[in-house]
Amino acid sequence: MIRLAIALVAGSIFGAGLAFSGMSDPARVQGFLDLFGNWDPTLAFVMGGAIIPMAFAWLIQRRIDKPFADAHFSLPGTVDIDRKLAIGAGLFGAGWGISGLCPGPGLADLAINPLPALTFVIAMLAGMTVHRVTN
Amino acid sequence: MLAAFPHAMPVEGLIGGLMIGIAAALMLLGLGRIAGVSGLAARATGIADSGAPRSIAIAFVIGLPLGAFLVSLATGGVVTRFPPSVIPMILGGLLVGFGTRLGSGCTSGHGVCGMSRLSRRSLIATAIFMASGFITVALMRFGGLL
Repeated sequence: MIRLAIALVAGSIFGAGLAFSGMSDPARVQGFLDLFGNWDPTLAFVMGGAIIPMAFAWLIQRRIDKPFADAHFSLPGTVDIDRKLAIGAGLFGAGWGISGLCPGPGLADLAINPLPALTFVIAMLAGMTVHRVTN
Repeated sequence: MLAAFPHAMPVEGLIGGLMIGIAAALMLLGLGRIAGVSGLAARATGIADSGAPRSIAIAFVIGLPLGAFLVSLATGGVVTRFPPSVIPMILGGLLVGFGTRLGSGCTSGHGVCGMSRLSRRSLIATAIFMASGFITVALMRFGGLL
């Protein structure tokens, strides 16, 4: 129960941060990617702001044996730089540019602008399903 | 501040970014997991078989719109300017869904959690999806789609 509460609180703080920072606005995200237009640097501040607490969290993580509310750390250990990583990131970036949305803002926007957000989320889940079926 | 970019929101961006980082730190230090939204969304919907326990993934994913809703209530509304057509939503969504699964992460997993861990995989993935996003939007601009 405590674990569910932590996940819900973390998700809520995450979604609140997206909305507060302007990252739930597709036009603002697209504005960051629009180097030849009216460039909007806001996303760089969001990324920088998010990395600061996480950098400290990784320093703490190295000094403790297990997380506070779970039995052990379950962290990705993959180190290979392969074609899947490169092609996947390339396709994701293209979709991000086309829509101005990545998964977090798409889901957060379900509460703010439900109709277009739901269109994006359904298409995203369809894309994930296509990957599952073909791999 | 940032007189050259009148539309920028550096203060809100930094504060919102800190909130995102604190949320990711809570997932890491509390539950021992990466706050990667694409992976958690795939897990919550049952599209992915492995990863976080499904209940944890569902709770996190429900939190995203909940938190955004609370900010919208507290601030009197959050601006979201979507493209007028559904085509970019559908095409963009398909590419984001397929690409994040193939590339094992998105802006949160690779960009925030992986880069702050100095993971080589995440640094490269982030560089590629950023470059791809810049190129895609440049093509849209010069193709008259913006």
